[in-house]
Amino acid sequence: MIVATETAVDVVMPQMGVSVSEGTVTKWLKREGEQIEADEPLLEISTDKVDTEVPSPASGTVVQILVQEGETVDVGTKLAQIGGSAGTAPAPASAPEPEAAPAPPPVSVPVPAQAPVPEPVAEAPAPAPAAAPEPVAEPSGNGKFVSPVVARIASEHGIDPDQIPGTGRGGRVTKQDILAVVESGASPTAAAPSAPQAEAPAAPPQAPRLQPQAAAAQTGEQVEPVSAMRRGIAEHMRRSLDTAAHVTSAIEVDMSKIVAARAALKKEFQSAYGVNPTYLAFVARAATDTLKDYPYVNGELRGDSIVTRNYVNLGIAVELADGKGLIVPVIRNAEGLNLLGVARGIADLASRARDKKLLPDDVQGGTFTITNPGGYGTFHGTPVINQPQSAILGTYALVKRPWVVTDEDGNDAIAIKPIMNITLTYDHRLVDGAYAGRFLRDLRERLENWEGDGT
Amino acid sequence: MAELTYLQAISDALRTEMRRDKRVFLIGEDVGVYGGAFKVSLGFQEEFGPWRVIDAPLAETAIVGACTGASMMGLRPVAEMQFADFVSCAWDQLVTVAAKQRWRVGTPVPIVVRLPSGGGFSGGPFHSQNPESSFAHVPGLKCVCPATPEDAKGLLISAIEDPSPVLYFEHKHLYRRIKGEVPEERYTVPIGKARTHRLGKDISVITWGAMVYTAGEAAQQLENDGVSVEVIDLRSVMPWDKAAVLDSARKTSKVLVLHEDTRTGGFGAEIAATIAEEAFEDLDAPVKRIAAPDTPVPFSPPLEKAFIPQVEDVVAGLRDLAGY
Repeated sequence: MIVATETAVDVVMPQMGVSVSEGTVTKWLKREGEQIEADEPLLEISTDKVDTEVPSPASGTVVQILVQEGETVDVGTKLAQIGGSAGTAPAPASAPEPEAAPAPPPVSVPVPAQAPVPEPVAEAPAPAPAAAPEPVAEPSGNGKFVSPVVARIASEHGIDPDQIPGTGRGGRVTKQDILAVVESGASPTAAAPSAPQAEAPAAPPQAPRLQPQAAAAQTGEQVEPVSAMRRGIAEHMRRSLDTAAHVTSAIEVDMSKIVAARAALKKEFQSAYGVNPTYLAFVARAATDTLKDYPYVNGELRGDSIVTRNYVNLGIAVELADGKGLIVPVIRNAEGLNLLGVARGIADLASRARDKKLLPDDVQGGTFTITNPGGYGTFHGTPVINQPQSAILGTYALVKRPWVVTDEDGNDAIAIKPIMNITLTYDHRLVDGAYAGRFLRDLRERLENWEGDGT
Repeated sequence: MAELTYLQAISDALRTEMRRDKRVFLIGEDVGVYGGAFKVSLGFQEEFGPWRVIDAPLAETAIVGACTGASMMGLRPVAEMQFADFVSCAWDQLVTVAAKQRWRVGTPVPIVVRLPSGGGFSGGPFHSQNPESSFAHVPGLKCVCPATPEDAKGLLISAIEDPSPVLYFEHKHLYRRIKGEVPEERYTVPIGKARTHRLGKDISVITWGAMVYTAGEAAQQLENDGVSVEVIDLRSVMPWDKAAVLDSARKTSKVLVLHEDTRTGGFGAEIAATIAEEAFEDLDAPVKRIAAPDTPVPFSPPLEKAFIPQVEDVVAGLRDLAGY
């Protein structure tokens, strides 16, 4: 009969980073029945980010090894038991969960040599030393505290704060320290974002990540760091072009009816609702209606499936001031809005985008996007699809052009008409040219035969 | 522009409004014949008569109750608590009646209650308190705490104009000690807007009332260490200028909240919590509070000095933040 003289302590697969969900046991350094000291290496594991040793969380006998070399298990899975009696191990209820698996530090990290022990205060007897020393997970290389603002600046500029000599208390990197590095532009000691030996087999092709790296300014050049938004746009645009088969079709639309409708409604909309019925609002309204008949244009290629919807979440591309970036807030359930509702939605999103008042939900869940670069007179373009959507509509400058019109008797004449070019850029993996052409034709029909307020 | 003391600026505001608007009247203990315990309304009864400068019995409940009723009948009463400490007697009228009226039935209660507050002259536990945090916690009441003569006049006029009950905390320590240029004409200082007392870039001090000057002196000392300290004078505690505080916090990333009232549950806690919630990613150090300890205000001069935050306490706090 075995009398358990030690408390059983579980060894679990540690969490080696937020994105790591599993690990492989590569080698056991102790066998069942052997003695081990706390913090002595017990096994080696491999994850898709790092290979490391796992130290023992306690001193005692290796009672049971539950996962064999070569096996891959989820983070948190019990790997072994130190101390206690073997029989209790598999019954989870009877084994007291000791502090739910303290994550051992990555072994490559030197644990700071013993935190200074506070002087025992006379009247407060020192508490009994904790049974299992609690290895504290060090957040970063040298384990120094990183304040919120330093963490934010570091992530915005792709800087590893551990590489900066700190002037704060205990060598902490202060905001001034990191700003000095940013301003010098010299050595944002890029923390290669945790991807050593990325030999992960059969990794899906990933968009090349924009690597933050120092750019030395040549004479006459100015160098500024890439903002988080710019980096996001860069990755998003590149990924879209790497994903979708972009094709653009264009159509010319006679906007006479829209110009008349807008003139008729403008005063009422502005005085009664404070909203400007922009051409964009008309096009958005007509496009939303047209999408009902062309579900793939409003759809998505998701893995092996094609997703279509009975709703339209309409993204509107909004430029932020001074070329500082672009954001695509979304009008939800645009199919349920009349012209006034759409105009109001666009005005609201645009103003909140520029005032930085958008909420995360405002920029998520779009199913189709409209971009309107025509304000500066451009008459054609090939926008990039907003992934994972399938198409993006571009609207361009409204210009008066000589236009051939045919009267009831079949006589042709040249008239002056307000013409707008509209493009549809679509993902040819899902949407074919003829389908896109019919979509544009129907959209043109709706705009050219607009009546009243379009409700 | 004339140079007026803080106290003269308060009198000037009252006189300006009483001359302009017949609905405005004063009521309080000894405000009439005696001219007020601190002589704020000296000569007012001669100018405006006993029906507009009313000597009340020693009954703060009656004073605030009468003001509330008069305001609902269209008048613009200004009550004086002889010392802010005595307002506790009027708690029920202020909190249960005046603060709730607009929410209950929609009628405005345009009363002003003047509260001579603050310590620094061995007034002891009943003549030295700063009870603004207690009232800032009551929805329906506004609380202003001017620090300069110019703000004392402008905020009092705003308070009289305001349709809500406004508690006007005037700091006794500033009455005759602080002088400044005050425009002679009528003007208002908006309730709810802070003022930058001193521009800086390394640490922000958020404060109000007499502590503005304590912070200013401490900031000057830090300047000699090469640390640039910004001092924000909140001016209004309710509503308070969250945007100005957050802007300053985002700029400097280190914040010291300073007040003369006691620490626990003081309004500084609200400010510190808001900064932590809304500017967390801009902080480079924990938000620090300096306030009086959680005791009544002591009589004894050395004890009172230990109680009220002093320049050297603020200097030590700022040095701690600077070195963080």
